[in-house]
Amino acid sequence: MTTQTMSEKVWDRHVVHAVEGEPDLLYIDLHLIHEVTTPQAFDGLRMNGRTVRRPDLTVATMDHNVPTVGLDLPIADPISARQIDALRRNCAEFGIRLYPMGHIRQGIVHVIGPDLGLTQPGMTIVCGDSHTSTHGAFGALAFGIGTSEVEHVLATQTVRQARPQAMAVTVDGDLPPGVTAKDVILAIIGRIGTGGGVGHIIEYRGSTIGALSMEGRMTICNMSIEGGARAGMVQADDTTFAHLEGRPHAPRGAAWEAALDDWRALATDEGATFDKEVTVDASRLRPHVSWGTNPSHVVPIDATVPEPADEAARRALAYMGLQGGTPLRDIAVDAVFIGSCTNSRLEDLRAAAAVVAGRKVNAGVRAMVVPGSMQVRADAEAEGIDRVFLDAGFEWRAAGCSMCLGMNPDILRPGERCASTSNRNFEGRQGRGGRTHLVSPAVAAATAVAGRFTTPEDLP
Amino acid sequence: MEPVRIIEGTAAPLDRSDVDTDQIIPSEWLKRVERTGFGEGLFSDWRADPAFVLNQPQYEGASILVAGTNFGTGSSREHAVWALTDYGFRAVVSPRFADIFRTNSTKAGLLPVQVDEVTGRALLDAVAADPTITVAIDVEARALRAPAAGIDTTFPLDDFTRWRLLEGLDDIGLTLRHQDAIAAYEATRPPWLPITTGPSRPITRF
Repeated sequence: MTTQTMSEKVWDRHVVHAVEGEPDLLYIDLHLIHEVTTPQAFDGLRMNGRTVRRPDLTVATMDHNVPTVGLDLPIADPISARQIDALRRNCAEFGIRLYPMGHIRQGIVHVIGPDLGLTQPGMTIVCGDSHTSTHGAFGALAFGIGTSEVEHVLATQTVRQARPQAMAVTVDGDLPPGVTAKDVILAIIGRIGTGGGVGHIIEYRGSTIGALSMEGRMTICNMSIEGGARAGMVQADDTTFAHLEGRPHAPRGAAWEAALDDWRALATDEGATFDKEVTVDASRLRPHVSWGTNPSHVVPIDATVPEPADEAARRALAYMGLQGGTPLRDIAVDAVFIGSCTNSRLEDLRAAAAVVAGRKVNAGVRAMVVPGSMQVRADAEAEGIDRVFLDAGFEWRAAGCSMCLGMNPDILRPGERCASTSNRNFEGRQGRGGRTHLVSPAVAAATAVAGRFTTPEDLP
Repeated sequence: MEPVRIIEGTAAPLDRSDVDTDQIIPSEWLKRVERTGFGEGLFSDWRADPAFVLNQPQYEGASILVAGTNFGTGSSREHAVWALTDYGFRAVVSPRFADIFRTNSTKAGLLPVQVDEVTGRALLDAVAADPTITVAIDVEARALRAPAAGIDTTFPLDDFTRWRLLEGLDDIGLTLRHQDAIAAYEATRPPWLPITTGPSRPITRF
């Protein structure tokens, strides 16, 4: 019998039509949509007299451009308001369930899918958003698509995709204290570069990954795209099943048992071969901080800003206002952002709150927490986490993508430097001229207190 | 989509690697609900610098963008493709494209032309030295030719995508020809798979 990897198994299960020389036609089990990448797709459907084939496999929320304060007021930006209205009208017209602003289930699309139990092992999941790779933490095959493909999925419930290659990233060893899933993925991207995963689906394997919570696995799969990968996946195991069981859309009773048997069979076969393999020793990792303008520009927090090796690095340092040789711990920040589809779940907020409890945000630092969903926000408030942040001087906001991509009013001013738990440190990502450093929630929280990059252990 | 057969014209050199889609079209432009009008936002932060290549008159009217490796990384925003085409580009040449950007391009009539590192460098240098060089891209032959720079090479493009580009065919229309296969597949899906419209799926059988 031929052996297969998990991604190959999930792929094969979803092939509707395959011909040599053509991309495969792949069935999609769940289509997540949001306000930014869909209005043109719905217009396309109307223009061609087409409809949505499976509204019951489609779900919508508002996340990218929504304000995170003043939810009781009309949206101040008329262009954003128009986009939000378009989503509301499109969902009503085509019968798609929408979790709008003000709903307890509204939030970042990659937070609410798993929250609701819509994200399950072995599924194919797409969304007009590159961080759809997040859902791979459940052993689903999940990837981002553009608006033309969104229209294609709406009309046909399929995508046409060339079969990607399989890549294994094996992480073994115990994580040292203070080192998190975010540091693991930053270290991996530092190793493979922003294009290291192009054309591949990464399967994260090894004892370190197996020991991570679902939140940690989501953080890792989320940033697969920053290494260029089509998707990232983790084999579903008891941690996955415990996380999923009892959620609103999870199977129940006999169906749950049947699903478990099926999901276990999706594991990569022993002896299956990968087209590319990378191994990481987790026991040697340290908390990571990015210094440049793409997510492969990372170093351990104890290091110095590297001397530029090429023109791209020189440009990055000039943009970031940094000199090679500067210790990371000497770099002061103006802002701290805790949020985004990478690090805005309850576990992330707990980790950051544990650091700031009884401490104060450094004078001159603007610090903000934006929970991934209104449900996460409510859960955190039930534990008193909001009080911890507010007492320390953080702003406690409503759910959305917020300062991760600066589409709503939460942006950096030119030249401002931010320690951010998000996923991209591109030029201008958090606002024109803003300077982003990617870190874990624990390092972000400690940095808010110290006013410069630091770890929780080093706080007085 | 209009057919894409031959693209012939001058080229602009963007000698940078890892050009992400946030640079191609900054997020403030993503609030629009139309497919048109994004050309104004193309590289808008970089265009604020008068020395930026697209601000140089000798590259006005270029229809081909030649870039460093790893073009179109980051966000899945198809607006990046719409910005390039709205500005007037019909092809981008690079040694490597991000997967989502590549797919978005062929759906929206922008040709991603992947060449090896040496050819990419040679073309960048050639059009930087002489902005009048003519570059010709032949979709049918999967060929890129710039005789003045001594370049005559081929690029990867699968048969299906090539046919679709040559004929200007609507992707959705083609897939709808397989409606029977889609319906047959749907009948085989496991019953526990979630639907979004109810709180949970009623289980009637397994």
